[in-house]
Amino acid sequence: MVTPTPLEARLLEARTLEAELLEVAGSVPDPELPVLTLRELGVVRAVHVRGTDADAVEVELTPTYTGCPAIEAMSVDIERVLRAHGVREVTVRTVLAPAWSTDDISAEGRRKLREFGIAPPRTRSASGPVPVTLGATRTRAGTGGGTGTAAEPLEPVRCPHCGSGDTELLSRFSSTACKALRRCLACREPFDHFKEL
Amino acid sequence: MTAPSTDTPTASAALALGDDALVLSHRLGEWMGHAPVLEEEVALANIALDLLGQARVLLSMAGDEDQLAYLREERAFRNLQLVEQPNGDFAHTIARQLYFSTYQHLLYARLAAGDGPFAPLAAKAVKETAYHRDHAEQWTLRLGDGTEESHTRMNRACAALWRFTGEMFQPVEGVDVDGGALEAEWLASVEDVLRRSTLDVPEGPRSGAWTAGAGRQGLHTEPFGRMLAEMQHLHRSHPGASW
Repeated sequence: MVTPTPLEARLLEARTLEAELLEVAGSVPDPELPVLTLRELGVVRAVHVRGTDADAVEVELTPTYTGCPAIEAMSVDIERVLRAHGVREVTVRTVLAPAWSTDDISAEGRRKLREFGIAPPRTRSASGPVPVTLGATRTRAGTGGGTGTAAEPLEPVRCPHCGSGDTELLSRFSSTACKALRRCLACREPFDHFKEL
Repeated sequence: MTAPSTDTPTASAALALGDDALVLSHRLGEWMGHAPVLEEEVALANIALDLLGQARVLLSMAGDEDQLAYLREERAFRNLQLVEQPNGDFAHTIARQLYFSTYQHLLYARLAAGDGPFAPLAAKAVKETAYHRDHAEQWTLRLGDGTEESHTRMNRACAALWRFTGEMFQPVEGVDVDGGALEAEWLASVEDVLRRSTLDVPEGPRSGAWTAGAGRQGLHTEPFGRMLAEMQHLHRSHPGASW
């Protein structure tokens, strides 16, 4: 066993502190979906300890959507919990790259969304633009019938209430930019779907 | 403040793309309280919000976002004339969305694939814009291949805005994309959607000496001044006001 040099010891200490503070920052509930923590949503990227006494930190936060208005509330909340944890100076920096994806939502986060009545986003192996196809109209038969829906290359969106995969799209945009409005054809309940991004 | 910061190619390009997003966001916001159905009001507001987020990032690359949005004169804005066109009837709004979101989606996809200063934003925005494009295409199909009335109105709207589409492919300093290839892909996509919607592909010129298209040089159409007056009124009347 090699005894760490004073510098190595300090670095190790800083890493441990960063991991601890990342836990604290990640424990903040999402302002719009309070059942989820920011860690489960996958938007807190990193915490860097700065300053000679390691009492100043910089937090890297990424928005779900570029125009997401919740990002300011998230920053304020993160700053508050870290200060309560004894950090003197907190800087929250917004980072765009790599772009956030719904694949960044943890398995636990998906479970909580479903429990909350929101169909979680389906996972994808590759990200990229959503495939675009056109649905049924007066003179064209569509596969989805009724209102006509966008192509769904993934598994069906399941109703968070009864679990049926027989659901239809009502609107691509719902109460927030990240959700679409759907209806279950089995239990007839409308529900929000956290759409894939 | 009258002259925007266009010191570097990146700053002037950020201003052009940022102004496109800001101005269209404001136009879509004008639908609030007036959209034909509630779901559509929510959809247009969501698209406007995405565009506003993009505008904030882009304008911040060119200077102070609030100064740029609220304190510039009309001639200092660098947006396309297409995005400043009034909402008109719902068909006009959808035609404008079809033309612009197809362009923006193709442009962001190219910028995201490169390693230039716009790559991080473009990689994020391209996914949002894919939903805007899908929304516009679905509505174009529905209105074009809908009733006699909706078909007539959609044809009229597509033809009326056609002359503003050539400007999108003029070179912009600092935007490193092949305008010719972008235009070819845009034309192929839009013509395909129009045909599938049983609509006419407009035949008029898309740009030229006596048609529209100099927004990137700060020349705008008459309705833009009135839009800016409304957008900037509160900030100019109450400098430094906050919620």
